Order: sequence, then C-alpha cells, then structure tokens
Amino acid sequence: MDFLQFLLTLDSTLRLSTVLLLACLAGLFSERSGIVDIGLEGKMLISAFVAAAIAYESGSVWVGLAAGMAASLVFAMIHGVASILYRGDQIISGVALNFFASGLTVVVGDAIYRQGGQTPVLAGSARFSEITLPFADALSDVPLLGPIYSELISGHKPLVYVAFLAVPLVWWVLFRTRFGLRLRAVGENPSSVDTAGVSVIGMRFKALMITGLLCGIAGAYLSTSQAAGFGKEMTAGRGYIALAALIFAKWRPIHAMGACLLFGLLEAISNLYPNIDVFGLFTIPVQFTQTLPYILTVIILGGFIGRAMPPASIGQPYVKER
Amino acid sequence: MTELPRWADVVLVPLINIALAFIVAGLVVLAIGQNPFDMMYFMVKGALGSTSSIGYTLYYTTNFIFTGLAFAVAMNAKLFNIGGEGQAAIGGLGAALVLLAVDWPHWTLALPAAVIGASVFGAGWAAIPAYLQAKRGSHIVITTIMFNFIGAAVIGYLLNGALKKPGQQVPESPSFGDGASLPTFHEMLQPFGIAFNKSAPANISFLLAIAAAVLVWLLIWRSRIGYEIRAFGNSPGATLYAGISSVRVTIIAMLISGALAGMMAINSVMGQQERLIKDFVEGAGFMGIAVSLMGRNHPFGIVLAAFLFGMLNQGGFELMWEMPEISREMVLVIQALIIIFTGALVNMTRDPIERIFLRLHNKGAA
Repeated sequence: MDFLQFLLTLDSTLRLSTVLLLACLAGLFSERSGIVDIGLEGKMLISAFVAAAIAYESGSVWVGLAAGMAASLVFAMIHGVASILYRGDQIISGVALNFFASGLTVVVGDAIYRQGGQTPVLAGSARFSEITLPFADALSDVPLLGPIYSELISGHKPLVYVAFLAVPLVWWVLFRTRFGLRLRAVGENPSSVDTAGVSVIGMRFKALMITGLLCGIAGAYLSTSQAAGFGKEMTAGRGYIALAALIFAKWRPIHAMGACLLFGLLEAISNLYPNIDVFGLFTIPVQFTQTLPYILTVIILGGFIGRAMPPASIGQPYVKER
Repeated sequence: MTELPRWADVVLVPLINIALAFIVAGLVVLAIGQNPFDMMYFMVKGALGSTSSIGYTLYYTTNFIFTGLAFAVAMNAKLFNIGGEGQAAIGGLGAALVLLAVDWPHWTLALPAAVIGASVFGAGWAAIPAYLQAKRGSHIVITTIMFNFIGAAVIGYLLNGALKKPGQQVPESPSFGDGASLPTFHEMLQPFGIAFNKSAPANISFLLAIAAAVLVWLLIWRSRIGYEIRAFGNSPGATLYAGISSVRVTIIAMLISGALAGMMAINSVMGQQERLIKDFVEGAGFMGIAVSLMGRNHPFGIVLAAFLFGMLNQGGFELMWEMPEISREMVLVIQALIIIFTGALVNMTRDPIERIFLRLHNKGAA
C-alpha cells in the first residue's frame, strides 16, 4: 500500500466516522442523563428520509437538514414522553421507535415517490458539497504534509467538520458547565439533583432534545452528504455501532471520537479491501472486519479490557418521593 | 384498593392500547391518501380468506410463538433478551448442520434431531451474553444486540463459504434430503378429508409451538426453577437471601430462552425453506418482543398475540396486490405502534383507568 492509498483509506475513514460520531455524541447526552437510547438508529433513519425529501422538494439542503433535525427531535420527544413522563420501559420504547421509523419512511416515501421507498436523487444545492480549505491546492505539492492537508483534511462536506468540532464542544459542555454537571448528576443520582431543586424531568428532556438534534444531523448527513438521497434502511445498523462506540468509549466524548474513528476505519477497510490476505497464510474474511466493532464492544463490556461502567441510574425511571 | 381488577389489567387496558395503535395507524393511512377501512378489510381477508392465506398466517404465527416464548422466559427473570434474532439465526445453523450431516430416512427421525440441533445452537448463542451478565455484570441488552450482528456475520460467512451449495452464486446451503421434509397442513389434514391448500407453508411445527407454549407454562408456573426465575425477576435481593443463585437462574433462563428462539428455525428452515438461507429470521426475533409484551409474558397471551401478528404479517403481503399504493412496510408501522402503545406508553392509559376504578370503588364504599 503506498502513501496515497493510505491517505485515501484515512480519508474514507473520516467520512464514514462522521455519522457514527454524531450519533454517538447524541447517545452520550441521553445516556449520561440516565435514559437508555436504543433508538439512535430510528432517529437517524427518520431524519435521513425527511432531510432527503425536504431537500428535494425545497431545493435547499439546509432546509432539508433543519427538517431532518426536527423529525428526529419529534422521535426523541416521543421517547421522552414514554420513558420519562410515563415511566415506560426505555428499551421497549427505543426498539418500537426503530421499527416505526423503518416502516414509516418506506410507507410515506413509497406513497409520495413510488420508488420502493427511495427518494429521488439529490443534485446541486439539494446536496452538501465539499469544502476546499484555504491553500489546499497551493500546498498539495509540499511533500508529506501537503497531501495530508489537501487530501485528508481539506475537501470534506461541511457536516464532517461539524461532527469533529462538536467533540471539544461536547466535552466542554459536559465537564465545564453547570448544565453538564447537572446532566451527569441526573444520570448518576437523580434524587440528589432533585434535592438541589433542579427538575430531573426537565434535565432529562433537555438531554433528549440534544440527542434528537444530533441524531438529526447524523441522519441528514447520511442522505444528503454521504449518499445523494434516501434509501430503504439506509442507516444499516449504524445506530447500533454508535451505541457500541459509546460503550467502548465508556461514555466519554473524546474517547467516543477515538472509538468512532476506529469503527469507521474498520468500515473503510471492509469497503476497500473486502478479503485481506495475510502473508498468503490465511485470509481475513470481510464479515470479520465488519463485525469487529461488535466483538470489541462485547470484550470491553465483559470487562476484559478495563471496565465499562454505565451511569448509575441508567434505565430507571425517576419517581419523585411524595 | 390500589390495584386494577385483574380483568381490567389483562383485557381492558391492552384492548384500549391496541385500539389506539390502530387509530394512529389509520391516521397514517389517511395521511397517504388511502382508506384505512379498506386496508383493514383486505388485510383480514388476506390473512384468513382462504386455506392458503390461513396456512401462511399460521406459519408466521408459529415463528412468533417461538420467539415470543423465548423473550417471555427471559423476561420473567427480568432479563431483556433482545437477541432472539441472532439466536434464531444460529439455531437455523444448528438445524441445517444436523439435517445436512445425515441423509435422513424419515421426518420422524429428522425432526427430533433437528430440534436438538436448533435448540442447542440457539441456547449456545444465548450462553455467552448470559455468562457475561451473570458473572461480569455486562448489560444483557447490549451484549445480545451485539450477538445479533455477530450471528448474522457468522451465517453470512458460512453461506458464502463452507456451507454454500457448490456451483452456485447465491449464499444458500444445499437442500436437505426428502427425508427431512416436514408434513404440511395439507398432508396432515388430508386423512381427515379436509382439503387444505397444498402450497401453504404451515406445517407440523405449529403443533410443536403449541406444545412449547404448554411446556413453558408448566416450567414457569409449575416448576421449581420456574418459581426461582419469577422470584429472581421480581426481587433479586430476596432470592439472594433465599439462597437462590442468581448466576444459575440467569444462565438457565437465558439458555431456555435461546433454545426457544432457535426452535423458530424448525418451522422456517426445516419446515418451509428446506435449506439454510441468509436472513431467514426476517425480524421474527424482534417481533417476539412485541408478541410477548402483548401477551403479557404469559404463554396463553403469547399464542393469541402471535396469531394477531401472524395475521398482520400475512395480511400485509396480500395488501401488495389489493392496494399497491400502500407498501408492505405498513405492517411494520402497525406493529411498531402496537409496541409503543402496549409497551412503552402503557401507563398513559393505565393511570387514568386506575383512577376511574378508584373513584368507582370509593363511590361504592360510601
């Protein structure tokens, strides 16, 4: 593998990690507040569909993005009403919303466009285009650093930069603001937050709103940046991989970026080099590379590499004592 | 009085919730410009209108009984086994290996062997998440989800390699021998002079599923380990003081759960496909969650709920011909809404009904 090929693999990694990273940060807010979110997948899917459909109808990808985020937010709020207000089971709610999104996107998409659930191909301003960073062309001839800058760092869609810039922002919000402190406290020990006079229900709803909006960006990225339109089941389990990345990162934002880059790299490798021949001795089948994120997560969860401790009150509805 | 009367809890609340789910589904149908009553008519007709459609409905029902029971057994121990999908897939692998290994002379010999293959493999696939939950405290929901994906990859790998039928491109195993072919309803009912459609896939596995439901009932409500499972589910702390091993209960409940999920393959892989194909589970593992929820984790309720979901599934297929404007995924929307209303939002209807009963009761007392 030469240097350029290596760079292209990393370039593909960045693009594939973006959607995982956005969804993973989304899940981070929800889970840190004590709400399990199996429904990242469904929220991304509904957003991917709505973003593609609205971008196609309006001709503006930004309007599409806003609509996708709104749709995802609605799903997040249904999850909130079920699991926060009505103390419903958070896993059941998440699973159901995933089904709902799989069904609804195809039913509505097929009714409007009659293409088996697909939306028409997006072109021009209905799709995000690449941003060329300043001096990318001028610097491309500089040895080593030139190609790294012009091939790897420059030339991505705007949401790629949004996702990676969100990481320090999320870290700052979570660990350096009052909101972040309360958010973490609500996931660890909600009654202490309640005693301090802060509404547990309010905090959890705020967290789920952020989850909804971030999942919305992730979904819109899939259908308007990575692809040019919505396709049936286009999230293809990425919501679950993001959930795995969140556990792998032990619910920490900077580590989440690392986990998403690793899982994105595995996806890039399985796309570019399906079956890897190891010195002619044996081949690593593509299924293994594709499944490695799940296997690694199970190993982490089993406590064989460090210990993954979720927020203490995760999954339990909070009932105020009377 | 603080609790709802039993009939209201078991019948009234679920019925209201299902009605709500159908109302919202009806609104979705209206929103895409179709008539929801026409849709319901064609779905019921498509599910029960002929012996062919009944045969398909019962075939899906059988799948859902197995996966529903699988979820329920674990749920009685408050273990959220979301891995029915993967356990069923690996169960299919077990059944296929048994059926391909030997040229079976007759189905009466092949069936018990395949049942062992499917249930052992299904249980095996549940064993690792069970062990990790019991011994290492890793959350069973996440590990079973991961194992669904790993299971799908294992099947995909084998069907593209070792198990692939030689000389073809499709990822499928060779067909099982004639001796492994299960009797269908057509063959079973012929001696009684009842004409049942020949091509409908309902087969003897349906009776196996009913038997499994009875056995699960006996196991959970009439056996010692069942008592331990329920006790552990209701109060893990109390079972600890009673000297019941949480590790043992967790692992046993998950093994039974996985075995039942694997049994789904008897109906699908052995009964219908007669070879191992990719994605034969088709979401039945996940649907088992909904079926068990609707059936309130009780075998009797599960059989009824499985029939309802079987009807929906088959009715949805028929809808393609009668109302092509509504895509088949409408079934998924209805099923999702049923899970939302009967599972996640159950307290939304339960709380007000509880208050009404309380008021009625107080009036009666005064």
